[in-house]
Amino acid sequence: MGIVINGTTIETDENGYLVNLEDWTEEIAGQLAEGEEIEMSDEHWSLVKFLRNYYDEYQIAPAVKVLTKAIAAEKGMDKKEASEFLYGLFPKGPALQACKVAGLPKPTGCV
Amino acid sequence: MEENKGASACGSHGCSHSNGGCGEKFLNPTPMLDELEKGPWPSFVSGFKTLAERTKKPMLRGVMDQLEYSYNTKMGYWKGGLVTVDGYGAGVITRYSMIKDKIPEAAEFHTMRIQPPPGLHYNTAMLRELCDIWEEYGSGMLTLHGQTGDIMLQGIDEANVQECFDKLNEKGWDLGGAGAGMRTAVSCAGPARCEQACYDNLELHLHALRHFVGQLHRPEWNYKIKFKFSGCPNDCTNAIMRSDLAVIGTWKDAIQVDEVAVKEWIEEKGVDALVNQVINLCPTRAISLEDGGMKIDTRDCVRCMHCLNAMPKALSPGKERGISLLMGGKNTLKVGVNMGSLIIPFMKMETEEDREKFMELVEEIIDWWDDNGLDHERIGETIERVGLRQFLDGVGLDVDINQVSRPRDNPYFKAKY
Repeated sequence: MGIVINGTTIETDENGYLVNLEDWTEEIAGQLAEGEEIEMSDEHWSLVKFLRNYYDEYQIAPAVKVLTKAIAAEKGMDKKEASEFLYGLFPKGPALQACKVAGLPKPTGCV
Repeated sequence: MEENKGASACGSHGCSHSNGGCGEKFLNPTPMLDELEKGPWPSFVSGFKTLAERTKKPMLRGVMDQLEYSYNTKMGYWKGGLVTVDGYGAGVITRYSMIKDKIPEAAEFHTMRIQPPPGLHYNTAMLRELCDIWEEYGSGMLTLHGQTGDIMLQGIDEANVQECFDKLNEKGWDLGGAGAGMRTAVSCAGPARCEQACYDNLELHLHALRHFVGQLHRPEWNYKIKFKFSGCPNDCTNAIMRSDLAVIGTWKDAIQVDEVAVKEWIEEKGVDALVNQVINLCPTRAISLEDGGMKIDTRDCVRCMHCLNAMPKALSPGKERGISLLMGGKNTLKVGVNMGSLIIPFMKMETEEDREKFMELVEEIIDWWDDNGLDHERIGETIERVGLRQFLDGVGLDVDINQVSRPRDNPYFKAKY
């Protein structure tokens, strides 16, 4: 499987996650988001950038718990509001959709 | 849609026999699985075959083929992934085949966890709706109930998940818990059908369900956490072994004794039975024989329920009823199997305020665990790691003698007696 950008095919796995993380560009992210029927706003982009920075630093996608807390701290929300906010941006869950758009590997675990 | 050829070809010339189509069986031969049909016990293979031959779903044939293959190679070939529905972070358990090149019909076989009502009280209309929807979108196979307490709808393609969920949701069903969050709770029959219930566990279950519904669908804690609500110390939900938060009914005062019923019991079964089956089996020897009847010393009673179960008409739980909260029960992984240990010895659970107070406490407990627990650490493990005292301080609970699971066995200490 793959997605086509400007005539080049970018390789993705069977669930649509990028195979090579260094392939990621904002253009690709936009196309991945389109596939998830998400219209990218500034809020979306800042979350995606947060995920990518986190991944660069720790080589792993943040646990949802960490993500929620970071959002709560940044926006001055409580954890419940932060969770609502995250699911508002990515209705199928930050683990599943936000990681895909950010070009991070598919999260594992029984969720 | 190619996979449906078998079914449509059969339908096109109107053959109507129930097992297999057109002289040829729908299913492929599965000699290994057939062995599982032998013996006096019911077999899931027989059920699977009947369902597959009736519904002609290629997915079912594929799963049989893959299982047969597994029995030959002694390997499992399912792997996980991520599938969910809008607004939810959990509830669908994915099963992708690792050998879909070999057996394309078994490529996907996901499970949808569906929450049952407290006490598992259904009406047939709802069950019929559930089954109809499931047979339309999924495999038609379900389990009542999985160890999680959910109804397990097993076998659906990713493409059908959202629509199937929407249909189920319209009829009042909801997904259950999965992942690192609040899980589907379980309650026993409770006061609805049991005279031993010491509190309305069904009401409390519903209250907890409403309170934690967000965290159930959107897991974001360290790891899973489970409630179980047992009406009395018989603990029919196995809460003490299988839940992090075991809410078990109990009473504070003396066991209620109906003297007339005790007499009738003795007349019917004899004093021998009273001594051998009730008095001698009391684990703390709290019962003695007195004037041909029984006397219970409440101070020694540990509410084990044995005498109440043996003499259900004569004895019943005391009048001052409520709950005990035990925490930390879990199965294997990491530190091994743990039974829950007592945190709150007694709490009244009668009014809406009682329930609200309880929820606030649990909220506090989970907040503490969320802040202090490690990734993939159950709450019992966190408490064990940091110590009970730290936990009690952290959530603002008092130390209580009942939290001691057993007295110290110090050889230099001599008690007066």
